[in-house]
Amino acid sequence: MKSPNPFWLASAPPTDKQINVERAFRAGWGGAVWKTLGEDPPVVNVCSRYGAAEWNGQKLMGFNNIELITDRPLDVNLAEFKEVKRAWPDRALILSLMVPCQEESWKSILKKIEDTGADGIELNLGCPHGMSERGMGAAVGQVPEYVEQITRWCKNYTRMPVFVKLTPNITDIRLPARAAKKGGADALSLINTINSIIGVDLDRMSPTPHVGGKGTHGGYCGPAVKPISLNMVAEIARDPETRGMPISGIGGISDWRDAAEFLALGSQGVQICTAAMHYGFKIIGDLTNGLSNWMDTQGYRHLEDFVGKALPNVVHWHDLDLNFKTVAKIDQTQCIHCGLCYVACEDTSHQSISVRREESGSSKIRRSIYEVKESECVGCNLCALVCPVECISMVQQETGIGYLPWSRHPQNPKFKYGGNLTEKVKDAPYKGPKSQG
Amino acid sequence: MQDSIFCDFKPPLNSQTAKIEASRCHYCYDAPCIQACPTEIDIPSFIRKISNGNLRGAAQDILSANVMGGTCARVCPVEVLCHSACVREVGEGKSVEIGLLQRFATDQFFEGPPESTQNLFERAPLHGKKVAVVGGGPAGLSASHRLALLGYAVTLFEARSKVGGLNEYGLAPYKVTSEGVQQEIDWILGVGGIDLKLNCALGTDVSLDSLRTEFDAVFLALGLGGVKKLGIPGEDQPGVFEASRFIEKIRQTTRIADLPVGRSAVVIGGGSTAIDIAIELKCLGAESVTIVYRGSEEKMSATLHERELARTAGVVICTSGRPVRILGNASGVAAVEFERTDRNAGERFELVANQVFKAIGQTLAVDAEVLRSIGLKGGRISVGNPGEIKPFETAIPGIFAGGDCIGLGEDLTVTAVQHGKLVAYAIHQSLFKEKSGDINYGRSHLSNRRGEITQSFLAGFSTANG
Repeated sequence: MKSPNPFWLASAPPTDKQINVERAFRAGWGGAVWKTLGEDPPVVNVCSRYGAAEWNGQKLMGFNNIELITDRPLDVNLAEFKEVKRAWPDRALILSLMVPCQEESWKSILKKIEDTGADGIELNLGCPHGMSERGMGAAVGQVPEYVEQITRWCKNYTRMPVFVKLTPNITDIRLPARAAKKGGADALSLINTINSIIGVDLDRMSPTPHVGGKGTHGGYCGPAVKPISLNMVAEIARDPETRGMPISGIGGISDWRDAAEFLALGSQGVQICTAAMHYGFKIIGDLTNGLSNWMDTQGYRHLEDFVGKALPNVVHWHDLDLNFKTVAKIDQTQCIHCGLCYVACEDTSHQSISVRREESGSSKIRRSIYEVKESECVGCNLCALVCPVECISMVQQETGIGYLPWSRHPQNPKFKYGGNLTEKVKDAPYKGPKSQG
Repeated sequence: MQDSIFCDFKPPLNSQTAKIEASRCHYCYDAPCIQACPTEIDIPSFIRKISNGNLRGAAQDILSANVMGGTCARVCPVEVLCHSACVREVGEGKSVEIGLLQRFATDQFFEGPPESTQNLFERAPLHGKKVAVVGGGPAGLSASHRLALLGYAVTLFEARSKVGGLNEYGLAPYKVTSEGVQQEIDWILGVGGIDLKLNCALGTDVSLDSLRTEFDAVFLALGLGGVKKLGIPGEDQPGVFEASRFIEKIRQTTRIADLPVGRSAVVIGGGSTAIDIAIELKCLGAESVTIVYRGSEEKMSATLHERELARTAGVVICTSGRPVRILGNASGVAAVEFERTDRNAGERFELVANQVFKAIGQTLAVDAEVLRSIGLKGGRISVGNPGEIKPFETAIPGIFAGGDCIGLGEDLTVTAVQHGKLVAYAIHQSLFKEKSGDINYGRSHLSNRRGEITQSFLAGFSTANG
């Protein structure tokens, strides 16, 4: 499957109609996953639908919706889809699907979409609200057996590539990923939204968004969920059972750097929604230009040059070097004397920063001078992270002692109990649907 | 008051811009802005409360440290106080707009419903001690409020028909409108326990001796009601005005069109009053307004910001000119003759003027005879320094003084408010003979209804005595 760039619009409101998708393609988006189609009669949506978490004046830090799948008739969607695909043959155009968890339903819808010209289908096994209560979306995505079963049905009844979109509302993302692979999936998309209540309207005493004073749990996305998705992508990309499977990364991607991080962790492409809903389709110019300039600077000519390049450095905690050491260093020439490093360290970390009032100068104000007590510093990064002017760097220390992982550390209880405890709690490999033995 | 002429020269923030500006505050530990504030408002805390929508809490932080936080937000020379200390000023040359945020928080608070504004602080039960406060300006009001909270029965004597002092009579309308001042004063007096005696002047209507016998303590917050004289020929002819009196007229008049405004005006002086009158004259339609200061521009007590404001308003600032005489003709003032004080010393020049405004400083307005017994120094009342054994106490035990009438402050509203606050604590300490460390202010009465102690109260005290 090809697209002019790795940026696709995720299956969501921005891809619900021809007019939206064509506006996106005109702006330069590489592909789109059409908003999820279901069986007729179409669902009915509520008013209102979206809620947002703001942070310190920043809008849509997190975003949440209680909207269902498309509420337009199937034939209308399919007719529009065909027209878009015909007009934009170079763009990747995927159909997202969600029907009840029975073979007949999937067989029937796949038949109806066979001649749309779609480049593939994406199974929406992740929507955590509304549809899951009807036994679809996350309700099936949370059960690896169902994931495998549905994937297999689809592979049986269509020649199109099958993406399985995973729900993050699960303890171990590797299990449904393995199940999808077993069912024959060609690729994985993740993550779908996270089950959430975005906020409470304290005047109405109702969850937001409210529908006549009542609210319900919805799907959480936006910049706040990126770290969760990055981890899940890396988990799957590192898992020996799913390693190498194409991944379409989704979750809070707002700029080229976010996208590059997903690609570095093994995604072959990314899908975006919230950033487009916040700023419009124009951001595609920023995404492609940013990624391209960064690649030029780094000497990467193709995405393959860096896709998955960070994966070898994602390791188990117990493989980290316990002898690695950094200490914080404050650049006094850049320091603005806000004291955030000091109070963070003193109140909540390791009491490794000293404070003294500067000698009385010409000014009435006596600023506080903050200095790192290097012998106390554990190199935790907190001071550098809270510093608003980034004048604190973490300087690597020459310890003169070599690599020492937990597995070889004298305090590891395995030496006490005569065995490696960490190895005993490894995940049991996924065995497949019980019905099929 | 003609709002169109004297509208805000710096527009207020709205809830959106306030939020954005508040988000610029780093919430510093040991924040230098607090050190720079004469009343030690916990600035990062009130700004954070604006960020998270707790505007009443923001007002609590401000007003607990500075009961005139609304006025000070407008009239403080923030560019030499909190703004100059802001770490953003250090780091990027653009301070957080602390003054505007403080104004936003206090405006929102005062515009709230009475049930929200009137119970912000609660008074301690009366313990029977009485204090006389003489002078209803910022220092007197601040002390009265704090004393009332501490359980005192306060009697506030004011020589004029309205309290407020310079806030009411002396602040240029382009900085703060009369309505805002009145609202704040009403709120301060609304705390209760303050008996107001208007039109009651020290020396004529009430004597210091009688106050000393009737009350457990007396606080003289007399301000500087008099104006210094130039002492040059021609000073007493029509067309020569005292700048502070003229500002008072602008503030108090009901028909601003009746105020006499000449085509060309000369303002003599180099402080905030000179700037204020000059800007007001431009607002009122004077064609040319020239401020003449005897020293160099750097020596002017008006801040760079104030000088820029004046110049933007079209005022010319002329330095190194000492007035020699005021020339007149049949219709009044005609010109002012100056002598140069710089390297061309001795050289003289004349400036045409229909009006001359004197803004060379103020003096105690109360008859020196009345105050002789308590000791004057440099024309002001001498008191014990803050931080010493008897802060703000005069030579006569039990008589305290603060605000502009003593020589300790910078003659700013904000320092007067701080003096009033510290005097209240000093009186409390002297009457209850408690050590500063273990004064029990009664948490309940220094707290809001939920019983949270406001740290700023104690912070103010420890500075004075610590």
